[in-house]
Amino acid sequence: MSGNQIMFVIFSAIILIFSILTVTSRRILRAATFLLIVLISTAAMYFMLNYQFLAAVQLTLYAGGIVVLIIFSILLTSHIDEKFETPALMKKVYAAIAAIMGAVLVCTTLLNYTFTQGNDAAKDVNMNLIGNSLISWGEQGYALPFELISILLLAAMIAAIVVAKKVKTK
Amino acid sequence: MTFNIYDFTSFNQWIDKTLYDNLPSFWALIIEMTLIGVAFLLFYAVIGLFLVYAERKVCAFIQNRVGPNRVGPYGIFQTIADFIKLLMKEIIPINNADKFLFNLAPFIVIIASFMAIAAIPFGKGLHAIDFNIGIFYVMAVSSLGVVGILLAGWSSNNKYSLIGAMRSGAQIVSYELSVGLSMVTMVILAGSMQLSEIVEAQRNGWFIFTGHIPAFIAFVIFLIASTAETNRGPFDLAEAESELTAGFHTEYSGIKFAFFFLAEYMNMFIVASIAATIFWGGWMPLHIGGWVGFNHAMDFIPPFFWYMGKTLIVIFLMMWFKWTFPRLRIDQLLKLEWKYLLPINLFNIILMALVVLMGWHF
Repeated sequence: MSGNQIMFVIFSAIILIFSILTVTSRRILRAATFLLIVLISTAAMYFMLNYQFLAAVQLTLYAGGIVVLIIFSILLTSHIDEKFETPALMKKVYAAIAAIMGAVLVCTTLLNYTFTQGNDAAKDVNMNLIGNSLISWGEQGYALPFELISILLLAAMIAAIVVAKKVKTK
Repeated sequence: MTFNIYDFTSFNQWIDKTLYDNLPSFWALIIEMTLIGVAFLLFYAVIGLFLVYAERKVCAFIQNRVGPNRVGPYGIFQTIADFIKLLMKEIIPINNADKFLFNLAPFIVIIASFMAIAAIPFGKGLHAIDFNIGIFYVMAVSSLGVVGILLAGWSSNNKYSLIGAMRSGAQIVSYELSVGLSMVTMVILAGSMQLSEIVEAQRNGWFIFTGHIPAFIAFVIFLIASTAETNRGPFDLAEAESELTAGFHTEYSGIKFAFFFLAEYMNMFIVASIAATIFWGGWMPLHIGGWVGFNHAMDFIPPFFWYMGKTLIVIFLMMWFKWTFPRLRIDQLLKLEWKYLLPINLFNIILMALVVLMGWHF
């Protein structure tokens, strides 16, 4: 096995094990930490593919942003002694069936598809290219989605301010 | 093999070639990674010890004291003695803590700083990883450190720790924005996010001079925001001794406390390095465009010393802040960021874009 394959096996093992731990852990902050490890390992996969931009985005948005938000809300709302109840047996069975069915569906799809190895040389991810296509409205431009997301974010921000604003009582 | 203190590229290539010629490529890679890891560990130990000593001496100087002066000449072995003492301290187990997270937290903090330092250019060819997204990578990995602080505060099961962690989290999350935006300002001027290219772009003058007004505003904002991001005074209300005993690391002792301590100093070193790299040219000697003789004379000082000198000056500035200004309250801290630094920063980005667009820089 080459070094790349060994790394791939290690990272996929980490992702699988910690994904399972995330959903089975009965302490909520531990679950959040396991989720963090899964997300960081996914970023490591992107680094292995030499797509550093996506890896850094994954780290800032998911690991540094969303998980920090989750941890923040846990810090504010839950106490260290709290543990989740173990769910009832029937619920476990249903969940297991749903999970296995999903896994079978994904596996059969993946195994039925024949992957052909491309002969193209690995492309260099050019940051200027990403930046230009984000704001161009030409052929492969992303100006419209970019602006739409900005409007969505603005709306979310205004909504957050309205929710958090104190109502003056006269 | 040619060992050249001005350019490490040939030295690195010599190591690389020797390893790959004599070993299978897999083992050569493993050995290279181990070598770099060991080099960084040694660097961490040396810099950590030095910075603690420097902080105590600077503090003493500002407060009109002598500082450590008993162990060795001028007390230079004081921090080594302190470190040995710290290693021999008992690691106190906490009964009602979440032990797994409690033990994990210091490692997250130190791993985050370890990942960030790998991207810093220490000299020509002395650069562990040189991604084309260099600065973005540093921001991404250094944002992981806050997770360790939050976990440490919560899992200690202690009110002081929790309050400290909450303050620290709010502080880091908001000041990260200013650090990022002031970096973006300089990325506009440099035209690249790759750290080696940013240094190379300052061959004819450091950005703080060539970018004049917007670069200087960005530098001031970066200095304030990065001091806050490393939880150092006057923004050290996460570990405010007078109110919270020690904040998020109240319950830690021995080597685990040493990890937090080391990570704090190394984070200071990292942000100082970034400041030196994107504003003051990193390892690039002081060059003035057109002055060939002067530039040539400056080239005689090895790049590593330029880099180290600039970084140490920024560190001295940050220590100066800590021992001069009184600690801010949390509302003052958030007001400073959201009402002053952020709007100034956004305006500054537009100003920098205008300067670059019109060619008003040197």
